[in-house]
Order: sequence, then C-alpha cells, then structure tokens
Amino acid sequence: MDDVTPKIETVNLNLHYGGFQALKDVCLKIPSRHVTALIGPSGCGKSTLLRSLNRMNDLIDQCRMAGRILVDGQDVLDPVTDLIALRRKVGMVFQRPNVFDLSIYNNLRFGLRIHGMLRKRSHILETIQSGLEQVGLWGALKDKLHKNARTLTLEQQQRLCIARVLILKPDVVLLDEPCSALDPIATLRIEELLGVLTQDYTLVIVTHNMQQAARASDYTGFMYLGQLIEFGQTPQIFTNPQEKLTENYISGHFG
Amino acid sequence: MTRESFHEHIQELEQDVVGMGQMVITAINRSIEALKAQDLAEAGRIVSGDELINRKRWEIEEQCISLLATQWPVATDLREMIAILNIVTELERMGDYAEGIAKITLLHGNEPLVKPLIDIPIMAQKATSMLGRSLEAFVKRDAKTAEAICGEDDEVDRLHDQVYHDLLTGMIKDPKTITLATYLIWTAHNIERIADRVTNICERVVFLVTGKMPQVSVSKY
Repeated sequence: MDDVTPKIETVNLNLHYGGFQALKDVCLKIPSRHVTALIGPSGCGKSTLLRSLNRMNDLIDQCRMAGRILVDGQDVLDPVTDLIALRRKVGMVFQRPNVFDLSIYNNLRFGLRIHGMLRKRSHILETIQSGLEQVGLWGALKDKLHKNARTLTLEQQQRLCIARVLILKPDVVLLDEPCSALDPIATLRIEELLGVLTQDYTLVIVTHNMQQAARASDYTGFMYLGQLIEFGQTPQIFTNPQEKLTENYISGHFG
Repeated sequence: MTRESFHEHIQELEQDVVGMGQMVITAINRSIEALKAQDLAEAGRIVSGDELINRKRWEIEEQCISLLATQWPVATDLREMIAILNIVTELERMGDYAEGIAKITLLHGNEPLVKPLIDIPIMAQKATSMLGRSLEAFVKRDAKTAEAICGEDDEVDRLHDQVYHDLLTGMIKDPKTITLATYLIWTAHNIERIADRVTNICERVVFLVTGKMPQVSVSKY
C-alpha cells in the first residue's frame, strides 16, 4: 500500500444520519488502479462509506459529514465542489442493474447528454462502441443498439450500466454489490471484467460475498459498527488478519 | 484475480515444483558423487545448500496458502493445490536425505571405503529417475505412469536388501568395519526412503487426476 499512490483518501471521516453515527473516524487510502473491496456485516457502514466518496449521501435528509475525503488530493467535502463533475469523475454502479426503459443506444447516450458530452453523431457512436467494448458487450449488441435495454439478460444489463459509467470517462468506479442480482457464472464474468478495468480505473466494491472480495480484489477493508477495523492487501487479510474481529468475521464466526 | 490468471498462477506453481524437484535430484546426485570421491568440501556445500531447497518449499507453500485463501479453489483446482502442498513436503524431505548423505560423507572422512560403491549409486540413479518421471507425470496428469512408477520401488528395495546383506556380512567377518559399514547402510537407507517418498508423489498424482486415494502399499519398510 505504501508504494501505491492513493486515488482517494478519507481522513477522520464521520457521518451521521440524524442522531445515528454511521461512520466513525474512518481513515482509508484507496490505491489507484486496483480493486478495493469493503466487507463487513449488514449495517456496518460499508455502503455509506462508498456513497460518501462521490457524495451520493447528500441526497439523504439529515445526513451530515465531517472530516475530509480527498480525491486526487482535492477535498470533495468542500462546499464549492461541483457535484455533477465529481459524480462523473467518481461513477457508481448499483446492486440491481438500473437500465432505463430506453434503447441500449439511448441508455448510453443519456449520460453523455446530461454531462454535455454530446457532439457529432459519429463521435457518439464511437464513444458508445468503446464503452460496450470495454464491458465485452459490443460483439453481442452492435446490431441491436435500438433494442430496449430491459430485454437484455441481467448480466448484460449490469454490464451496460458499467458501460454507461465508463463512457463518461471516470477515474473511479464505485460498485455497490454489483453482482447480488446475478448467477454465479455471470458473477465470475463481472469479476473478470473488474480485473481488466483496473488497467484504466480505480475500482471500489462493496460486497456481502467474502469469496468475491477474496477473489476479485487487491485490497480489502473490513468494517464493523461504522469503523474501519482493518485494511490491507487482500491475501494478507484472508491469510493473516491482524485484528481478531476481522478473523472472526471472515471465518464466519459472526455477521 | 481472474479465473484465467488463477490458472496461469497454478501452472507457474507447477513449474516451481518441477524446478524444486530438479534441485533435489541434483542434491542427491551430488551427495552420492561426494561420497564416492570422499570430497568433504563438496559434502559441506551440499549441507549448506539444503537451505535453498527448504526456502523453495516455503515459497511455494506460501503461494498455495494465499491462493487457497483468496481463490477458494474447488474440484480439480483444489486437488491440485493439495497435491502441490504434499509434493513439496515430500521433496523437502528428500532434500534432507541428500543432506543426510552429505553429513555421512563428512562423518566418514578420509577413511577408506569398506567396499567399492556400486549398488548405492545404482539405487540413487533409479530413485532420481523415478523422481524425475513422477514430476513429469504430475505435470502431464498421467495417473497410469504414476502408478507404474510406484512398482519400480521394489527394485530399489531389492538393491537396499542386497547392500544391507553385503555390508552385514562384511561386518561379521571384520568387526573393525562396523562403524564405516554402518555409515553406508544409512546411506542406502536414505536412498530407499527417497524412492518411497517418490511413491507418495505418485499417489498424489493419481489423487489429482482421479479424485481417489490409491491404496498403493509398496514399501517393505
């Protein structure tokens, strides 16, 4: 970790939903161009932490954050932060594929449009092709771009959602349980995709599936009751965790 | 790690196991040559060189542990990891036997050999040949060859009995030779054990390929 530049760093991050403290002094350095997994029992704060990184929690009433979240050294909790630009730079993929009831083409065009990235039609098509290629869908869908996206398999829909994020040229992609709606084979294929994407992107994944964290990530953070208990290289966390709580959780003793 | 790179990783580990096997074969051959030539300096180098074999075993084992913990292999992949862990343990012990022969050479010193070394080098040649081929069978997933190699252990046992008998006869005739002859009996015993451990590797190959533990009881000892 020491030899890798952090893409994102949280410094004493505290987050309250009203009177409930969901994150407690979280200090975390997310290495650039690697997969970082956040694991922990339900309600431990891992999704909250993930959503903080591009300030999606701002959409929740009574959410207050204190501390610092540095993305490329810039504190995104600064009130002057351009949230639209932040969410383009730090994109997000959700649990269930949330494709719009539109064609595949328009699903992808939509993001380009709202981010003012629409130019010539040929350029749009090029961008869409590159997005679909990155997620391994171009071959299957190139002749079906005007088909409704909801007719795709769940795996294809989730890949499309990832493509929709990628064509906005983010640096970081946050993934909140991206495989929970998928079967094991589709899950493995999405994990393989994550590995390929680290050539160009920094990925942070929240997962309930420890096997997935172990298999698909380079770094793992274990969270419990709003605290980051342990963070380290994934093989170290799964062979020799330094904290008893981590050991108990990954061995299935609680959670 | 993708499944593809996991499998590439396993293949690299296989090559590491073969490489470790080569280190062990070299150590065995050198230990016999050193005994034959009564080359004490070479024997000393073999003793200290065993550390490299031990280190290789730990390196491979560490990688296996990491893959087991993070990749959660099942079926053939799981059996392969178990096979590798067992094979490197066998190889490490064989390295210790080679080191043991080198230590015997040091104990023997410059005293003349009680008899010319003929059968012991043949035993070593057979044992190392079995070892090399057992690792080939491992890489090629060749259970049939692995089982056949187990049968060759009988020949090493037969040679061991012959060496033992010859040396015992010599000791009865001339009790002054007892100490030096005992060293040679230990040497023959070490090689006999190496061949036995090759049969353990072969059993692992059969387990890897078929998923069944073969009941190959080959050793008389």
